[in-house]
Amino acid sequence: MAIINKGLAVAFLGVGLAVGSLSAAWAQNTLLNVSYDPTREFYKQYNAAFAAHWKAETGEDVAIQQSHGGSGKQARAVIDGLEADVVTLALEADIDAIAERTKKIPANWRELLPNKSTPYSSTIVFLVRKGNPKGIKDWADLIKDDVQVITPNPKTSGGARWNFLAAWAWAEKEFGGDRTKVTEYVTTLFKHVPVLDTGARGATTTFVERGIGDVLLAWENEAWLALEELGPDQFDVVAPSLSIYAEPPVALVKGNAQAKGTEKLANAYLEYLYSKEGQNLAAKNFYRPSDPSGVDAKLLEKFPKLELVTIEAFGGWKKAQPEFFGDGGIFDQVYKPGN
Amino acid sequence: MRNEHFRNPISETAPVRWALILAVLAFLALFVLLPLLVVFTQAFREGWSAYFSALGEPDAVSAIRLTLLVAAIAVPANLIFGLAASWAIAKFDFKGKAFLITLIDLPFSVSPVISGLVYVLLFGANSVLGPFLKSHGLQVVFAVPGIVLATIFVTFPFVARELIPLMQEQGTGDEEAAISLGANGWQAFWYVTLPNIKWGLLYGVLLCNARAMGEFGAVSVVSGHIRGLTNTMPLHVEILYNDYNIVGAFAVASLLALLALLTLVLRTILETQYGSELSATQKH
Amino acid sequence: MASARSAARWHWKTPSVIPGFGLTLGFTLAYLTLIILIPLAGLAWRSASLGWSDFVRLVLDPRTLGALKVSFSTALIAAVVNVIFGVVTAWVLVRYNFPGRRIVDAIVDLPFAIPTAVAGIALTAIYAPNGLLGSHLAPLGIKVAYTPLGIIVALIAIGLPFVVRTVQPVMQEISREVEEAAASLGASRLQTIFRVILPGLTPAILTGFALALARGIGEYGSVIFIAGNIPFVSEIAPLLIVIRLEEFDYGAATAIATVMLVISFLMLFLINFIQAWSRRRFGHAQ
Repeated sequence: MAIINKGLAVAFLGVGLAVGSLSAAWAQNTLLNVSYDPTREFYKQYNAAFAAHWKAETGEDVAIQQSHGGSGKQARAVIDGLEADVVTLALEADIDAIAERTKKIPANWRELLPNKSTPYSSTIVFLVRKGNPKGIKDWADLIKDDVQVITPNPKTSGGARWNFLAAWAWAEKEFGGDRTKVTEYVTTLFKHVPVLDTGARGATTTFVERGIGDVLLAWENEAWLALEELGPDQFDVVAPSLSIYAEPPVALVKGNAQAKGTEKLANAYLEYLYSKEGQNLAAKNFYRPSDPSGVDAKLLEKFPKLELVTIEAFGGWKKAQPEFFGDGGIFDQVYKPGN
Repeated sequence: MRNEHFRNPISETAPVRWALILAVLAFLALFVLLPLLVVFTQAFREGWSAYFSALGEPDAVSAIRLTLLVAAIAVPANLIFGLAASWAIAKFDFKGKAFLITLIDLPFSVSPVISGLVYVLLFGANSVLGPFLKSHGLQVVFAVPGIVLATIFVTFPFVARELIPLMQEQGTGDEEAAISLGANGWQAFWYVTLPNIKWGLLYGVLLCNARAMGEFGAVSVVSGHIRGLTNTMPLHVEILYNDYNIVGAFAVASLLALLALLTLVLRTILETQYGSELSATQKH
Repeated sequence: MASARSAARWHWKTPSVIPGFGLTLGFTLAYLTLIILIPLAGLAWRSASLGWSDFVRLVLDPRTLGALKVSFSTALIAAVVNVIFGVVTAWVLVRYNFPGRRIVDAIVDLPFAIPTAVAGIALTAIYAPNGLLGSHLAPLGIKVAYTPLGIIVALIAIGLPFVVRTVQPVMQEISREVEEAAASLGASRLQTIFRVILPGLTPAILTGFALALARGIGEYGSVIFIAGNIPFVSEIAPLLIVIRLEEFDYGAATAIATVMLVISFLMLFLINFIQAWSRRRFGHAQ
């Protein structure tokens, strides 16, 4: 009995302490950045850099919390109530969805920050096993009989949508715009996909750690990161003849930031992405900086020059999103699992 | 053994005995001990300092803190429920008792993922309750309340399941005597029942706590996976694992493994010291 | 007051001098309803609001069926393995004396106490192609991690205590005299085991099997790391629920969850049936 009394007392004390420390954590300046999968390493470094910058500037401490996942999934979580101050997602359509559904982001958000709210860009490349045993050089090679392709699910992953559109763009050029042939190519391509992970990081893990598949369609930064982190002796990066100019945009979730009183801080956080330090960190993490002028030339050497199609070729995301990835859209018609 | 030529007719021959014992040891070593060992070897593969700096990471610290908070709410809640349920079930006879016990057991056979999903459906943005509570300033899903609820669901039966058979075995005689001597219900409970069941209760609380701190599936569905905010230790293990941070993932995992070991050591001590006061029917 | 209540409800509750029935039962039912029943009813309600044809379409979706098949078949195989090793383990613990028996007895409970995610990453580290055992199995052409075999390994690891802990107490109560009688009547040891001992253990074994099976079908944390999660090959049903949730396809998530919940209810019903049957037949239940 005495034990139980003591136990209960300890338990309640524990609750009190924990609640106390949680609220203490809230009292300081806290930002929640909801981001997509492959930005983990970049934002880890950037958050530390920004916190130091903010401290030097204002003398205030700032704690930045991160959430990562497939871009579409993250957008839905914010729509569902995840209280992000800023979103740094893989594509415009996901931020548009938050803006439309919650009204917490102004509709003209792309005009609120430089370079259409895109501080860094990327593209889609191939990651293959060392020595490229299957001889994969371009999109045509992905549908060779014995090739297994790893890509995440376009329904949940922003990167996967860029992958899909890059493949589509190549096929359009290859087949001179013949819609039947293009659809056929993409359908065949997805028959070579054994796993659809929900996010780019899951797909990388499938390819790299689980040893499934011959080629990973990956963000350029994710491919280089895998190479760097997990051994250049295991993989090669292959740049296809044509790919897509992928713009992962950023935005302030004004509704949430205003409610929390973090608007000024959150804006400064996003603006710092465009600074020399921010751009260098982006390049160091294999993102193509939007303003390369102040970036170390050595960092820029890694980015191969290739033909890049922009989303405007698809009529912009407002048109491409429902047409390709909406319910019953092209992806739904193309991807029939199990056949 | 005692006599080369005598074979005990109701036991197996020595070689068979030892073969069985070795088979069991090998099986347990392979499926239970080896994974445990790997947790620690991986956690320490880059040395002590890497281990402790992984645990000192602010996100790891806040995951540990959140896990403690969740257990500190879920375990007492289920403790009170367990006491009430076992009192009603063990001290009285009523129709539908077996059915009630079955309902209490229900969370054991429900997939943890479903345990989380039901709260997302109940409190998510496209539910009825979610937006209402949200407008009153209470966020359930993707926040601590959801994590606590999912943990309570999953650990719901532990204390009750430990106490019911124990209290049934002890019967109602002691309490009836106390009451006939003028004790009221609370006194009978505090001075008669509780001393009889305290070790069983402690054991149930230990198990409940181990599961509450280690729950993964249910919590994963409701958490939102925000580092430093809604990440419990098991979720943090997954996140670090996906970050290719193997030392970090196994370092946090090693704390949970230590908790499991501690639970079992305490259990063994309780059993050897107070074996007769613990129920023999430890089903779960 | 208490006596008035017990008199009024006398037909469903045996009267007792002990107070607190109303309070404790009331609290129990309220808590049970709030925490378990309302949320589960919410799931059923969401599922019902899908409409029958949508529900059937979602459940019969090939990927859903594939995932259910993977979950069920791997859990079944693991439960069978666990029955065999579980009974042997219980036997060794009850009947034999050997150094370290107490420790082995404690170790059996480890899978109950160890968090599933911890078991998952540890088993993956062991069985991955570059892992501790996986690297030795790979040259032999045996792939464990990222195949259905990996799921089975994980389910065996977490399901073992269910069988041991249900069989062990019943085994302890078997009277040696029956065995002596069988032996003195000329039965060989094997005959005694299979004809006399095992039949008496059948209800306990079946219960343990059903518990391990139910747990295996619903298991998530220990499996997702090692499974590889390939649709139609190693994607389990609980993971598919999570994936559907991440796609914000609540309808599909609800439909799969409902099917799994019905399976859970059936398993629970089966366990209760075995217990009732064993009470009638053997006069005891474990």
